[in-house]
Amino acid sequence: MGKARPAAARKRGAVAPAGAQGGRARPNPNPFEVKVNRQKFPVLGRKARHAVGQPGVSRARAVHKRTQTLLKEYKERDKSNVFTDKRYGEYSSTMSPEEKMMKRFALEQQRQHEKKSIYNLNEDEELTHYGQSLADIEKHNDIVDSDSDTEERGTLSAELTAAHFGGGGGLLHKKTPQQQGEEGGKPRSRRELIEELIAKSKQEKRERQAQREGALELTEKLDQDWKEIQTLLAHRTPKSENKDKKERPKPDAYDMMVRELGFEMKAQPSDRMKSEEELAKEEQERLQQLEAARLRRMHGEDEGSEARKPKHLSADDLNDGFVLDKDDRRLLSYMDGKMSIEEEQSREAGDGESEEEQGEDLSEEDPENSSDPDGHSDLESDMDSEEDCGWPSGEPRQAPGEGTTSIGHRAREAARNQLPYTFAAPESYEELKSLLSGRTREEQLVVVERIQTCNHPSLAVGNKAKLEKLFGFLLEYIGDLATDDPPNLQVIDKLVVQLYNLCQMFPDSASDSIKFVLRDAMHEMEGAVEARGRAAFPGLDVLVYLKIAGMLFPTSDLRHPVVTPALVCMSQLLTKCPVLSLQDVVKGLFVCCVFLDYVSLSRRFIPELVNFLLGILYIASPNKRGRSYTLVHPFRASGKNSELLVVSDEEDKATWQRRGLSLHWACGLKAQNKTEANHTRLSCLAVCLALVKGCAQFYSSLPSFYAIVRPLRALLMEHLAGRGHPPELQELCQSALANLEEPEPRCRPLVCAKSKPEPLKLFTPRLVKVLEFGRKQGSSKEEQERRRLIHKHKREFKGAVREIRRDNQFLARMQLSETLERDAERKRKVKQLFNSLATQEGEWKALKRKKFKK
Amino acid sequence: MEQDSGPEGVRRALGRLLEAVLASRGEANAVFDILAVLQSEDHEETQEAVRACSRLFGALLERGELFVGQLPSEDSVMAGSQGATRKYKVWMRHRYRSCLNRLQELLVHPSFEVKELALSTFMKFVQLEGAHPLEKPKWDGYYLFPRQLLKAVVEGLLSPEDDCSLLLARFREYLEHDDIRYHTMQAATDTVGRVTDRHPEVPLTFWNNAFTLLSSVSLPRQERGISSFYVKHGELPRTWKVVHLKEHRKAFQGMWLGFLKHKLPLSLYKKVLVIMHDSILPHLAQPSLMIDFLTRAYDVGGAISLLALNGLFILIHQHNLEYPDFYRKLYGLLDPSVFHVKYRARFFHLADLFLSSSHLPAYLVAAFAKRLSRLALTAPPEALLMVLPFICDLLRRHPACRVLVHRPLGPELDADPYDPEEEDPAKSRALESSLWELQALQRHYHPEVSQAASVINQALSVPEVSIAPLLELTAFEVFERDLKKKGQGSVPLEFIPARGLLGQQDDFCAQHFTLS
Repeated sequence: MGKARPAAARKRGAVAPAGAQGGRARPNPNPFEVKVNRQKFPVLGRKARHAVGQPGVSRARAVHKRTQTLLKEYKERDKSNVFTDKRYGEYSSTMSPEEKMMKRFALEQQRQHEKKSIYNLNEDEELTHYGQSLADIEKHNDIVDSDSDTEERGTLSAELTAAHFGGGGGLLHKKTPQQQGEEGGKPRSRRELIEELIAKSKQEKRERQAQREGALELTEKLDQDWKEIQTLLAHRTPKSENKDKKERPKPDAYDMMVRELGFEMKAQPSDRMKSEEELAKEEQERLQQLEAARLRRMHGEDEGSEARKPKHLSADDLNDGFVLDKDDRRLLSYMDGKMSIEEEQSREAGDGESEEEQGEDLSEEDPENSSDPDGHSDLESDMDSEEDCGWPSGEPRQAPGEGTTSIGHRAREAARNQLPYTFAAPESYEELKSLLSGRTREEQLVVVERIQTCNHPSLAVGNKAKLEKLFGFLLEYIGDLATDDPPNLQVIDKLVVQLYNLCQMFPDSASDSIKFVLRDAMHEMEGAVEARGRAAFPGLDVLVYLKIAGMLFPTSDLRHPVVTPALVCMSQLLTKCPVLSLQDVVKGLFVCCVFLDYVSLSRRFIPELVNFLLGILYIASPNKRGRSYTLVHPFRASGKNSELLVVSDEEDKATWQRRGLSLHWACGLKAQNKTEANHTRLSCLAVCLALVKGCAQFYSSLPSFYAIVRPLRALLMEHLAGRGHPPELQELCQSALANLEEPEPRCRPLVCAKSKPEPLKLFTPRLVKVLEFGRKQGSSKEEQERRRLIHKHKREFKGAVREIRRDNQFLARMQLSETLERDAERKRKVKQLFNSLATQEGEWKALKRKKFKK
Repeated sequence: MEQDSGPEGVRRALGRLLEAVLASRGEANAVFDILAVLQSEDHEETQEAVRACSRLFGALLERGELFVGQLPSEDSVMAGSQGATRKYKVWMRHRYRSCLNRLQELLVHPSFEVKELALSTFMKFVQLEGAHPLEKPKWDGYYLFPRQLLKAVVEGLLSPEDDCSLLLARFREYLEHDDIRYHTMQAATDTVGRVTDRHPEVPLTFWNNAFTLLSSVSLPRQERGISSFYVKHGELPRTWKVVHLKEHRKAFQGMWLGFLKHKLPLSLYKKVLVIMHDSILPHLAQPSLMIDFLTRAYDVGGAISLLALNGLFILIHQHNLEYPDFYRKLYGLLDPSVFHVKYRARFFHLADLFLSSSHLPAYLVAAFAKRLSRLALTAPPEALLMVLPFICDLLRRHPACRVLVHRPLGPELDADPYDPEEEDPAKSRALESSLWELQALQRHYHPEVSQAASVINQALSVPEVSIAPLLELTAFEVFERDLKKKGQGSVPLEFIPARGLLGQQDDFCAQHFTLS
């Protein structure tokens, strides 16, 4: 007997006194059994749970229960075999006998319905849907007013199956003769007998079905007859027509669906061609959207993650940004104002493709291509689309190769014709290099272009990875070109466009590649800084990478995975690399330009840039007098480089003309004669002044603009005072100073944003949920719960102990009564024996007496 | 003797001579041959000779065949009528001395192997002489140590001409022994004094050598640590100075003070100051004697002042130093270069310590905060990431300074009242100003910096932010952190198509640079 069971049983008894065992609590108990616990004082709000009880009844119930359970166990304690009653729900007290019967019946049914084989389709079983028989549903659909049929279900009509599934209805009927053939013959096993029984019952069922069908037919016929008579009886024609309609075989929903599908979506009218203005408008809207997203990112509002996704994603989209790219070209070329461009482009593309398809036999194609009358304009448009990507052609083009455009065109044309049309995507950097090395600038471009077209991701599966790699290789190639002596900047200039296109296709891998080269550069610098405390300016390749990073990614973002590291990298270049030569100055100024370009939209503040410009101005100033400024790290106030940019030769000053600095000077520019060097110096100073001016314009809205530019202003004053510069520089100086001198906006004291006022502490009482009276309240919820559980456990434990004690008492009582019974029995038997002995003795004595008497 | 050339032959010849000398006193003249080889030009031969000498005189010292006591002149003894044994001993002692002289010359030999061998031979002699002293003890239990010998070694090491750093590194092993260390300290004090007296312009090499030697002396922290002796003695009477840490400290202090009282080159100043707080000050018998040096260094300015701060702090903090105008000078130290020097972390750690007191006047703290934020306008991002929380911490510690970021009813000003040129923080009018610089830095290009600067837009939260983990932050760490940061979604792209390397028409690059 379980320990806790009686307690639980008792409890349940208390909740539902009408349990199966134990005396049922009567509605009005016997007043002699009722015991009332008198309360000494009535306490308000306390529920008296045990005010009235029936000790006698409950004790009797307990004893009864024990005799049912404990006593039984006690009696069977030495017995090893057990009788288990497996009848369903036999001992369940919660089920009524009816329920029990129902359940047993259901189980029985289930057992009978177990299939012999899952492939046996003929065994009929009801198919249901939502608890309703499918056959039933069908019937309802087909026959409107047939209330009599309740059992005929589960078969599709023969013509239906014939129509949809090509027949098979005969199967049903084939079974019977087979079975009949099997009958008769050898004695059958039990299993066979059962099968036969089942078969018989099925047959009966089928017969019944057939009968019912017959009945149905008869009713229908009757209906028809009735109709005929009805028309005669009452002249209600519409109704009869209605009936007539019903007569016709109703079109099946399935058939209707099939037809519908057949008719649907043959062709839809496409949107009409958009007019030029519409396209321009669309383009404008697109640009506005992009700009809005850019602004959002600039202000660091993290929302624009999906802003760049194309609105519509087709199922065939490879998710490679292809759509965007194509979109770009078409729309932008419309901005050009040339209607024909798109057509020509597409034609060009088509040409290219057909050429590709035709493979390597190019020699035949060549004359045709070159003899093309408008070949030149074709090429030009091609050039436009590549280089300008639809920039307004009205704008003056950038300097490189300005004079040699036509020559370039011819060269490119030649290159186009001489090169093979297909290129495998390079698997390694060496491969790419071998493809490109030894070719002219135009040829290299064409090669890269063709690699891209041949391996467009829409053409084959692996092309995406190939092109992703191509980006890295191109980047490496550009680095190599930049470190060459002399650097091949023109090629880089053209390759940037290809990089941009690739980057638009694969932003993630492109950003990884750029990050990789940046990390390389930084590691190199870190090593140098750790070893010597300073690092030399890196080669032109790093500068080019930085510039490229700024062109591929939006530089105005508050936080960008590529741009932010690039910014830190540039900051390092400007703070850790001392300026030791003219070359370093050019590099430093280039970095400054890139840096300032990065922030040109966001107008963010760059302390390093101001410091660097200050340093450059310092090393260019001929006479250092006032020290109202302090130079910071890479520059020293004195030393051999403190007059690096000072030009003292009057003649050189006079002959100097302002030109852009050449990037060639940034790397290994040697054999510069003195005049050229002096001119470079002056150009550097000019660039520096222009940058100062740019800074002044950018930062004039900053709150402490005055403090930021104070040293710059002081130095510029010196420069002006020196009057040692050519007039053009003097002017530049003046204008920069004018920008710096802008009246300081009035300083408004800082005020913190108002924080929400903290609510005053109020003295409202704290409300605590009272869980149990008489217990400590006011602790945390967990603590209360814990205490409640402890209490409960204690109570249950006590109850269990009490029950065990009572069990023991009960058992002892039973044992005692058993012993007493046994003793009494023994006594009785002894008495009986004595009795019989006494009788025997008496008899014997009587006999003896009789003998003596006799 | 040198019929078979090459070091092998020389070795064999020397071995023969050595055995002969050691075998009988009659062959003693062979010593001259050995000493002659010692003069050889060839490195290998010299090394062989040094080894031979080492064995020879080592054996003689152990046998006691060298004269003990004040050495008389060779001629007088030879002429005199003392016993042959005494004559021999005196003669041999003279040879020993000439051998030592030669060894001392070899300490500045161009070849490192020879130098090292000479050094180890010297140290071997030191050990043997310590065990078998060549002087008579003045009284029983008198402590005898071959001071002269060790002094010769130290003099050789502190050469004014050669850079002996390698040899000094070798010598460092011997400095682990307490007696050697003690006597080296004394010898070094002497040598430094003598060399500086002798030369009016002491060469830089000497200072470097001296610093290397001095800095490699490290005292044990506890008295019990003095137990390892190079020259073995049976028992150590308490009367010997060498067993007391206090004496060691005195010697240490004497050595450093003697060194530092001279005008040192600036690079050496830095080196001394870098190790000052860690390995010099704790071992001095009287640390306050360093005050002169430290204050002088503090007045030098620049990085040296920054470094001197550390030592000064220890003196102020632990040794009750009263330093007038300390904060004023600290304020003066703040110039744009503090963000770029190597010792930035150390400086800001100390500045944080100095300014952590809540008893500082508000004007002072305000001046510091304003100065720092003014300087922050020229700082690189990694320094900004450290100094911006520092400024905010200052404002948190001193609620009176919060007007710098929160002045709700202040009048609008024409210009910043703060005077950056003023050296006295009290007169800088920082409290009337506001930290507009931080407002400007909110538009810094680095997102984290602008975030850090934006803290002042809200009321400052109460708990201070420790800047300790930010002190050592380098730009490369910032860079790596930025690289690793993953943005959500794909990488945003530039939508304006690239046309060429120099970018668009109105870019600065395109305006000022050409590709040709």
